[in-house]
Amino acid sequence: MQNANGSTAGSSSASGEASAPLRNSKRPKYSRFTQQELPACKPILTPRWVISVFTLIGIIFVPIGLAALAASNKVVEIVYRYDDDCVPPNMVNMKVAYIQNDTIDKTCTKTLKVPKHMSQPIYVYYQLDNFYQNHRRYVKSRNDAQLRKASEANETSGCDPERTANGAPIVPCGLIAWSLFNDTYSFAIRNRNLTVNKKDISWKSDRDHKFGKDVYPRNFQNSTLRGGAKLNLTKPLSEQEDLIVWMRTAALPTFRKLYGRIEQDLVINDAITVQLQNNYNTYSFSGKKTLVLSTSSWIGGKNDFLGIAYLTVGGLCFFLAVAFTIVYLVKPRKLGDPSYLSWNRNPAGH
Amino acid sequence: MMKRFVYINDDSSQNLYCDNRISNRKYTILNFLPKNLWEQFRRFMNQYFLLIACLQLWSLITPVNPASTWGPLIIIFAVSATKEAWDDYNRYLSDKQANEKEVWVVKDGIRKHIKAQDIHVGNIVWLRENDEVPCDLVLIGTSEPQGICYVETAALDGETDLKTRVLPSSCIGLTPEQLHKIKGVIECPNPDKDIRRFDSNMRLFPPFIDNDLCPLTIDNTLLQSCYLRNTEWACGVAVYTGNETKLGMSRGVPEPKLTAVDAMIDKLTGAIFLFQIVVVIVLGFAGNIWKDTEARKQWYAQYPEDGPWYELLVIPLRFELLCSIMIPISLKVSLDLVKSIYAKFIDWDEEMYDHETMTAPHAANTAISEDLGQVEYILTDKTGTLTENKMSFRRCCINGTFYGNESGDALKDVELLNAVINNVPDVIRFLTIMTICNTVVPVRSMSGNILYKAQSQDEDALVNAAARLHMVLISKNGNSLEINFNGKLIHYEILDTLEFTSERKRMSVVVKDSEDGKILLLSKGADEAILPLSYAGQQIRPFVDAVDQYAQLGLRTLCLGWRELKDDEYKDWSQAFKEARSTLVNREWKLDEVCQRLEHDLEVIGVTAVEDQLQDGVPETIETLRKAGINFWMLTGDKQKTAIQIALLCNFISSEPRGQLLFINGKTEDEVLRSLERVLLTMKITSSEPKDLAFVVDGWALEIILKQYRSVFTELAILSRTAICCRVTPSQKAQLVELLKSCDYRTLAIGDGGNDVRMIQNADIGVGISGREGLQAARAADYSIGKFRFLKRLILVHGRYSYNRTAFLSQYSFYKSLLICFIQIFFSFFSGVSGTSLFNSISLMAYNVFYTSVPVLTVVLDKDLTEKTVMQNPQILFYCQAGRLLNPSTFAGWFGRSLYHALVVFLITVHAYADEKSEMEQLSMVALSGCIWLQAFVVTIEMNSFTIFHHLAIWGNLLCFYGLNLMISAIPSAGLYTIMFRLCRQPSYWITLFLITVVGMGPVLALKYFRYTYRSSAINILQQAERSRVATFSIRDLDSQLKSIEKDVGSLASRNKFKSSVYEPLITDSPTATRRAVGPSAFDFLQPAQSRDDQNAGLLEIVCMLTE
Repeated sequence: MQNANGSTAGSSSASGEASAPLRNSKRPKYSRFTQQELPACKPILTPRWVISVFTLIGIIFVPIGLAALAASNKVVEIVYRYDDDCVPPNMVNMKVAYIQNDTIDKTCTKTLKVPKHMSQPIYVYYQLDNFYQNHRRYVKSRNDAQLRKASEANETSGCDPERTANGAPIVPCGLIAWSLFNDTYSFAIRNRNLTVNKKDISWKSDRDHKFGKDVYPRNFQNSTLRGGAKLNLTKPLSEQEDLIVWMRTAALPTFRKLYGRIEQDLVINDAITVQLQNNYNTYSFSGKKTLVLSTSSWIGGKNDFLGIAYLTVGGLCFFLAVAFTIVYLVKPRKLGDPSYLSWNRNPAGH
Repeated sequence: MMKRFVYINDDSSQNLYCDNRISNRKYTILNFLPKNLWEQFRRFMNQYFLLIACLQLWSLITPVNPASTWGPLIIIFAVSATKEAWDDYNRYLSDKQANEKEVWVVKDGIRKHIKAQDIHVGNIVWLRENDEVPCDLVLIGTSEPQGICYVETAALDGETDLKTRVLPSSCIGLTPEQLHKIKGVIECPNPDKDIRRFDSNMRLFPPFIDNDLCPLTIDNTLLQSCYLRNTEWACGVAVYTGNETKLGMSRGVPEPKLTAVDAMIDKLTGAIFLFQIVVVIVLGFAGNIWKDTEARKQWYAQYPEDGPWYELLVIPLRFELLCSIMIPISLKVSLDLVKSIYAKFIDWDEEMYDHETMTAPHAANTAISEDLGQVEYILTDKTGTLTENKMSFRRCCINGTFYGNESGDALKDVELLNAVINNVPDVIRFLTIMTICNTVVPVRSMSGNILYKAQSQDEDALVNAAARLHMVLISKNGNSLEINFNGKLIHYEILDTLEFTSERKRMSVVVKDSEDGKILLLSKGADEAILPLSYAGQQIRPFVDAVDQYAQLGLRTLCLGWRELKDDEYKDWSQAFKEARSTLVNREWKLDEVCQRLEHDLEVIGVTAVEDQLQDGVPETIETLRKAGINFWMLTGDKQKTAIQIALLCNFISSEPRGQLLFINGKTEDEVLRSLERVLLTMKITSSEPKDLAFVVDGWALEIILKQYRSVFTELAILSRTAICCRVTPSQKAQLVELLKSCDYRTLAIGDGGNDVRMIQNADIGVGISGREGLQAARAADYSIGKFRFLKRLILVHGRYSYNRTAFLSQYSFYKSLLICFIQIFFSFFSGVSGTSLFNSISLMAYNVFYTSVPVLTVVLDKDLTEKTVMQNPQILFYCQAGRLLNPSTFAGWFGRSLYHALVVFLITVHAYADEKSEMEQLSMVALSGCIWLQAFVVTIEMNSFTIFHHLAIWGNLLCFYGLNLMISAIPSAGLYTIMFRLCRQPSYWITLFLITVVGMGPVLALKYFRYTYRSSAINILQQAERSRVATFSIRDLDSQLKSIEKDVGSLASRNKFKSSVYEPLITDSPTATRRAVGPSAFDFLQPAQSRDDQNAGLLEIVCMLTE
């Protein structure tokens, strides 16, 4: 520090001012900012304030919780896990062999009962458990440029280990596309087919901007190791909606993906016959496969979590408000009493 | 010893040394990048971030785009590099200006105009009045016939008065023409940075034969950056040029000071680093196990059976990268930024502006403001720091006759005036010594008045007093000196000046009376430096008494003495003196020895007493700061008694029986040790009593103690809250600072003069007072202020706020980084421990650099208590000193909070966004929004005051978050395309966020409220008091209440490891003791406490005595 000014001293002003730099220092300019005196509000935590905040939160939370719970309860859901049921009884102990044997017919017919009236649209989901779409090796194995433009078909970086097959690039490349879900469902009610609308099940933004209208599958599922579903080679990727849905990877190992929509109401106690093609291998990692038919509400599908959480939190807030009030009434404490200061509390002298 | 030989005006030898190109630059264009990068990478944090950034380039392991680290890293580097480059460019410009300045130089016997940078060693440089000296010169000619010239050295040492520079004896009388042709050699030491010393010799060649070696001192030089004043022209030989000048050599980068807060942050960073390593090892291990057991079954992941050799490392390294954000990359930048704002606030502070001297406070070191709030020891100089350093002559004692005792002002004492008129010889002699024996330069101003330029305020006072007593120093030209006494002109010739040094503690001049040709030795100095030199048989008792008496009044005393010298005695001595002056090795020591040979058998003639008034507000400042738990040590070069009196006056110590002084003294090692041990014992015994103990030690004993009994003294230093060290040298001051620092105390040294520079530089914080002794101290200091009383505001307001703010900012930075990191860790359990990042690269980068960094910067405007409250309740500083707001346990609180918040965000998000909504981009955006909302409320709840900037930054930041993400969501190629639009349309998104906020903040609020109301800290109570004051009771009410209690307050002294649990008021002399001839025995060690009335009476009496 000695030479804080030394560096400039060699050339200090030639005018020959008698005063040294420090003495020249100008008087500070007054402003509320420089003097740290900006007008400020200083809220302090008074009992009244805190108690009312908690009460208010309680008052807001309970109705929201009730509404969310009601919405969730209104949603009718048919959940049917079929991965075990669809294995023929003689192969229960060799499920992996069963699923990997292409010669066995995987069709599986089951009947579901509608528990409540379900108004359209009814969403058909498949749910996978213990399937790590978010696995680091998996989630990155795709190439968005290739999906978007036909001209980028050779762009397969990041797609390892499904980049090329037989020396030619795969379109769409990567593990995600390769492992495309390939179970199919068809529904019938009273022997009449229930149409499942598979159009517009993916995001419009994905169809328009992420998957090219001129990109066609090429060389897909041609390698020795067969993955999941094959693609219709005549349809551009932007119309392969199952693929588009599948490629929106899930963040959690349990997830549902939209399969289609049933656009008609289902009446209570209707029996739906489901014909499944149980092709997808979840047996090797003991994953579950579940078929879900669900209506929806303003908060989405059936999910009690938000409703219960809101009610709990609202209740706790009320409880805290009451508790603080009681403590405040029983043991009042004068705020800002200087006699509480430790240096004032010591007995005079010592 | 290395020497350099400078051949005057000899072109052949000039290329041996560098030219006069000044370069303050650190970099050149070529080496800027590598050198700057190298410097930046010397910091551990930067190395760490670089390693992380490099690892991220390996795509196999990077969880996010490398840009998320490279971006901020490059920004941070670019910012500091730009700042460096800008500074360096400015230095380059100013160098250039100096280098290209035109100067007159003699070449081949002709004067020529050349650029300053082309001056070479040996050149003769001509200067005109008001020219700046371009390099270090040895003066060889001036326009003044007496062979002197005047220079202003302010740029060099900050002293603003003119200094006289004299021609070497062999150059006197040379004409300008001769000077053009002069040849010779100067033998001088290699360049060094000592601006007080230039021990060399000059020998001129024929035809300027003067076979003698002519000794040169600093008085024969013109140093670079000084200005030539009041002299038409001067010329000199360049001896040191360019960066080898005294000024250039003393440039250098001072060691950066590390604050306690910084050290704590480093420690916490280290702890987090360890934690990170543990997390990485555990998760890496778990990840590898999961991979081997589970992942191989997940056929869709296609894990190969045999991986490469480094496969085991891949997952741990991925986690290392994921967790690297635990250490916030923005912390360093944020800290630097807020620190420079703290410094600006100090510079801008109007209330610390000294209207009298027009001095604004200045923070030269912008990095250590927090330390101000953590000061535990203040070591203060006395003269000029506590006092005004504005001396006025008050009393004197001439040969046993006291003058000025009745009126308090000797100048008005009729007896003295009469004695002067009646030409009483002793009085005349006394006045003569006052007038001559000094280094004062009389300057005739335009109006014809004589002004005195003095480096020492004491000398100034003496010369002015003598002038009032009709002995006026009129002029001092070279060796001749003129005095006007009662209208009669008296001439003296100054033969030699035996300069003042802090070791000798006296100065003398040898003069020759022009009338009778008598040679006189006139001396003045400290009593212990003069009285032992009196001739055998002289009664020095009256002088000892006088010194005692004056010292007890807090006056500064000097003893004056003289002796007539015989011609041959002088001649012999003069030869020896000359030799000593021309030695190159140990010159100072040899001079001392030679001086001693002359200074003996003096006739002591009298004692002068000069008063130095206390600065405004010193007692209040000291009282307030002591209440704040700060311990004061006074280190002064002054006499013990003077020091004690001043200490009493400014509340430094209290009078008996509230306080007690313990003296450590002795001449021999044994005596000192015994005394020291006795004091220590007393200190220990009395530590439980409510007494203010202070120890007093003088330089002599201190020297022995610091050499031999350091450990005992350290023990004593820890026990005692107050100490007075008198007669200490600059290096002892610095040693004492080191001693306290070695006990892990935060020390602040404050001083105003050159003798305080070392102490100021050694202390954790150096504060300089830009005072009358020049700016040397202020230059060396981290902070410079105009008056001592501003120290209160500097510490209590600026120091405290800075500490509080940095404590919050640093912990918050860790909190927000940990928050997002914990979420990543939790997510890894849901993603097969494979090291997937939940958040995308842009979000991660923006989270660290914008969303969480901007709002918290408003902390620089945060004030927990008003300045007034802090000033009234200085004890509150204890929270800063003890580091209550930033320590491992508060940090643990923040750590827990981030863990809790991460759990809240993660669990609520994965439950609310389960099943069909569990799309990756959406879920990550929900979690990120949750973090942003939480952090906005965390900042809100932790701030104490809200200005418009707070609202702008906190809520504006939230809006920016949405604005920015909506914008990104509109770009089709972005991964986030449409995500934010989708979310904002979902009621469940908003419901989820609301839930996260309330669940996250509810407990924080409840806990804070509970602590605030039922476990209030002193800060909380004062905050409440501040508010309720407005509402219910008047300020006066509370103040009086506070004050009445504070009177006998027990303080927070208990906090300190070794300190007693109670605040001990200080005692000193009992009323009777002050009148006795004082020795340690006069101070009863264990006096029973008396009633309050007695103490007050005692104190009153002392004060009366002092003011009479």
